[in-house]
Amino acid sequence: MNKYEPLGRKLDLRSGRVDLSHGSGGRAMARLIADVFHKAFDNEFLRAGNDQSVFGVAGGRMVMTTDGYVVSPLFFPGGDIGDLAVNGTINDIAMAGAKPLYMSASFIIEEGFPLADLARVAQSMGDASRAANVPIITGDTKVVERGKADGLFISTACVGVVPAGLYLSGDRARPGDVILLSGSIGDHGVAVMSKRENLSFEAQVLSDTAALHDLVAVMVEAAGASIRLMRDPTRGGLAATLNEIAHQSRVGVRIEEAAVPVRPRVAAACELLGLDPLFVANEGKLVAFVASEAAETLLAAMRAHPLGQDSARIGEVIEDEHCFVQMTTAFGGGRIVDWLSGEQLPRIC
Amino acid sequence: MKHVDEYRDGELARDLARRIALEARAGHTYRFMEFCGGHTHAISRYGVEDLLPGNIRMIHGPGCPVCVLPMGRIDDAITLAERPQVTLCTYGDLMRVPGSNGSSLLKSKAAGADIRMVYSTLDAIAIASNEPERQVVFLAIGFETTTPPTAMAIRLAQKKRLTNFSVFCNHVLTPSAIQKILQASDPGAVEIDGLIGPAHVSTIIGTTPYQRFATEFHKPVVVAGFEPLDVVQAILMLLRQVNEGRAEIENQYIRAVSADGNRKALAEIADIFELRDSFEWRGLGEIPDSALRLREPYAQFDAERRFAIVTKPARDNPACECGAILRGVKRPRDCKLFGAACTPETPMGACMVSSEGSCAAYWAYGRFRDRETGLQRVGAR
Repeated sequence: MNKYEPLGRKLDLRSGRVDLSHGSGGRAMARLIADVFHKAFDNEFLRAGNDQSVFGVAGGRMVMTTDGYVVSPLFFPGGDIGDLAVNGTINDIAMAGAKPLYMSASFIIEEGFPLADLARVAQSMGDASRAANVPIITGDTKVVERGKADGLFISTACVGVVPAGLYLSGDRARPGDVILLSGSIGDHGVAVMSKRENLSFEAQVLSDTAALHDLVAVMVEAAGASIRLMRDPTRGGLAATLNEIAHQSRVGVRIEEAAVPVRPRVAAACELLGLDPLFVANEGKLVAFVASEAAETLLAAMRAHPLGQDSARIGEVIEDEHCFVQMTTAFGGGRIVDWLSGEQLPRIC
Repeated sequence: MKHVDEYRDGELARDLARRIALEARAGHTYRFMEFCGGHTHAISRYGVEDLLPGNIRMIHGPGCPVCVLPMGRIDDAITLAERPQVTLCTYGDLMRVPGSNGSSLLKSKAAGADIRMVYSTLDAIAIASNEPERQVVFLAIGFETTTPPTAMAIRLAQKKRLTNFSVFCNHVLTPSAIQKILQASDPGAVEIDGLIGPAHVSTIIGTTPYQRFATEFHKPVVVAGFEPLDVVQAILMLLRQVNEGRAEIENQYIRAVSADGNRKALAEIADIFELRDSFEWRGLGEIPDSALRLREPYAQFDAERRFAIVTKPARDNPACECGAILRGVKRPRDCKLFGAACTPETPMGACMVSSEGSCAAYWAYGRFRDRETGLQRVGAR
């Protein structure tokens, strides 16, 4: 005799597709949540089966952030929208020097989206959250009609706690501070672009998507309050991050082009596409501004961590009321590294 | 990155810079124009000017096809794209270029026009093949470099018997524009002592078309590649020509350019395109024999004929100094609009429109030089 299935027929995770019933609040949605999300994220909070999760807090200061993920294509060399949505949001917490604790995840799914892809993304999120030791403890699912979304959008939020005595903020850079970068730039952007349908090329570059909170913990341990601020150079790349900080802190920034690590394959792909690696997105790198006397200690600590092996000292903070980011080029001249105007598109001649 | 890094070597650059500093005569000012936006970009991006002595001035020419496309033609493209049956395919650089009254292809796209960014003319052909119900128009712009790919697309469309593909042709010719600049006689017009000739354009047309600038105008020309070392070497070659009283066509870019150019590409261009009597260049005005249109046998692929496009003149902001900047009469910072009303986010004139325009390059890479306190001249030691 068939076993009684309270949530109706099992999902066809091989060839089935998401339909509007999966977002309607009925049995099909309960089945989707149970078979896809709870299975992938499994933890005691989700097993309680509530619309929210309750957790205890210690004293001190907490930090919270939220981020939306709309990457195209959803799967790219080195990662997918799932681990990106976990790592990216954890990194925003980590940049406060904080320890991330819990996450939420919200899904907007287009009607017709393959269940196999959804399960793959959920699995990747589950793996990333377990690896980071930051459980996804609450979530939401919506299904919209075909054509009203591009496959799958994910929004995640995260809360964390800030160690006592640590006040990292983009307005704290001071002239004389040293700027450290945790590794090579441009990997994520080039990996994603290499899979765009109208731009296919075999770049053999993997996204650097990674959760940086463990590296950050090591850095805080090594240099503590000497760290002025940290930021992960995502959209707009290193150039945007340095300009943001220069403006927030009302200082100038000077970097050495030759000191900024760029993998040869990334450099070659950028050359081909007419892109500048300084403006290309990263998902597993951070920039730290630190008081000069602590710079060497901090750099050594970063290099001792697997995610910071290629860390480099790339420049320093200078006085400049115009808040320019200047660069000494490897060629021997000087230039500004400006914000990006519009999208960074290939040149045509 | 082999085959590229060699052309960006700082040691070699400093060595060339020392020779330039040695050979540049004190008390003499050298004014060299690099015609191409690609050279302007390399000069700005790598900080080449920091390696040059103060008496060598680089004048940034009009060689940026996005920049010199007149506003009226952008208006035409927008009108075309807004036709319900038309799919307009364009290179990404053109999306933000301002048309009249603050319009742009980007804004039209947001309002619902079917405008698609392509990376190659073949993408446009693929769209026309896959969507026979759409009238696919390729917005063709560029100098001689981008003309062969347009020719190839037309040839392919002919072979595939595509009836829904056409080209809105805005291809222009470099030698005609160089001649116009050398003939400039407006008050304050700058005497140019030599020209860095186009890189990629010359791979197609060769070096012979520049001969008249040496014989008729007595200007030295050095055709050079787009890498920073190419540019520095070309400057040294120009300097030597001037010092020795020579006016010759020299080829620094021998790894890619021959005297005759790419004959196959030239033959294909000549078969499909013919000269227009005159064409407007943004910032430079009307220039005779400076642009191409499709020949009669290819009329079915000509968007201008198919959609009966008649370009209406559109005026740039009267305060815009692009014309004077493109001729080397003024510098970007001499323009009242520069950095105030006119920035890369809200470009008013030709030179700010594309990253290869002289104002945009100056804004993006060089504006720190306007200050009293700034980066030291790092290279000129």
